[in-house]
Amino acid sequence: MQTMQTLKFVKKEVPPYTSGTLSTITSSVFRISSDWSRADYWGMIKSRVGAFRMNYAVSPGLYAVGEPTKGSDVFVSANYKLSFDILRRELKGLNAWVLVLDTKSINVWCAAGKGTFSTHELISRMAAVKLDIVVTHRRIIVPQLGAVGVSAAEVQKKTGFRVFFGPVRAKDIPSYVEAGYKKTKEMSTIRFPMIDRLVLTPMEINPAMKKFPWFAGGVLILFGLQPSGILFKNALSGGMPFLALGLNTVLAGAFLTPVLLPFVPFRSFAIKEWIMGLLTTAAVVPLFGPAIRREILPLVASWLFFPAMSSCIALQFTGSTTFTGMSGVKKELKIGIPLYLSAAGISLVLLIVYKIREWGIL
Amino acid sequence: MGDLMKYLVNVTTLQYSSDKCAGCGRCVEVCPRGVFEMIDKRATITDTDLCMECGACAKNCDFGALSVNAGVGCAAAIITGLLTGSEPTCGCSDTTAGSCC
Repeated sequence: MQTMQTLKFVKKEVPPYTSGTLSTITSSVFRISSDWSRADYWGMIKSRVGAFRMNYAVSPGLYAVGEPTKGSDVFVSANYKLSFDILRRELKGLNAWVLVLDTKSINVWCAAGKGTFSTHELISRMAAVKLDIVVTHRRIIVPQLGAVGVSAAEVQKKTGFRVFFGPVRAKDIPSYVEAGYKKTKEMSTIRFPMIDRLVLTPMEINPAMKKFPWFAGGVLILFGLQPSGILFKNALSGGMPFLALGLNTVLAGAFLTPVLLPFVPFRSFAIKEWIMGLLTTAAVVPLFGPAIRREILPLVASWLFFPAMSSCIALQFTGSTTFTGMSGVKKELKIGIPLYLSAAGISLVLLIVYKIREWGIL
Repeated sequence: MGDLMKYLVNVTTLQYSSDKCAGCGRCVEVCPRGVFEMIDKRATITDTDLCMECGACAKNCDFGALSVNAGVGCAAAIITGLLTGSEPTCGCSDTTAGSCC
């Protein structure tokens, strides 16, 4: 009766990345394909640029790759579909089991940090799929970055399975298995090459650009404001350079610095980016000709404000890097935030003084 | 390559008591930054400044030889943590990412 119901459910909701089912001693599991469909590629792109990633999930549980037997390896993964997709692609040609944990559609490393890719979740998922019956060996391969949330000793104590922390990247799995579950130093080290930094930039630019309309509105009102009301012409002519500098700041903080990270001097992200902000501001200011340079107050305000804002935006990138620690970021924020607030405050005062003078009140 | 980048020096909270090390090698296995290496069946620290305080080593050291104040090195998470008075946790979402200064 139980089996009938399971089969019915299976027939109804066959995920597109599967190719049939496989009967194990305990139940029937989906066999997953190692090939990516067009939808998988499109999903990867969408999850790299926006909120689509928040619900990009696969069902937790046990899956089969190829023709696994009682002696085949078990690879643990998160239920963020992109993580799962990368794993199944790299397992091509192997016969293995994949155990997907419920990490609320978050990747292995972040989920381990948040506590959803955890010792507890692993142990209960192993019990739920009756892993001790499905395989006769007692080893389970957990991605290395999952070690932040998984205590190998506790798993062994409670289940009898020995945890092997596999390579950082799924693409090294075949060579890791071939070498007898031994990692080279390279396989266990996380790097952060330019291409990895580049794919992260859309998620830096998007949140920054969401705030841009507020900034633009503020600038246009400030420059347009006259004793007689808001003048559109003044708003545009006075505000344009500031809007351009604002866009430039986002570009420097959310794109240029992440991509050029190791080539910008200093280790502090705040200083790195302040330098980049200064350079890009210097590149943009001359484009506005003598108009902007005549007015000393707005000019000083822009030199104060924009590099500081670039610096602030670039600090956000610490959340995406593979090498910044909490103590370091706390130190940067402790020094940085008061400076950012002062820079913004002083710039605003300078602009208000400029407006008052423009109106001839002083 | 320049892709094994280092962050600020002398800030990590990583503590290692080598006298407690039993030489199991788990720290070398889990550290993604190459902070440890085994020398004469005992873990040795190569360079503490490589540490990013992820906490994998302390979580997997069964002998209490390692401790670290683990957490996310993420400005948005730390700011949110300061504002709400809670520990910084990574939101990894649109709502918290980019809650800039």
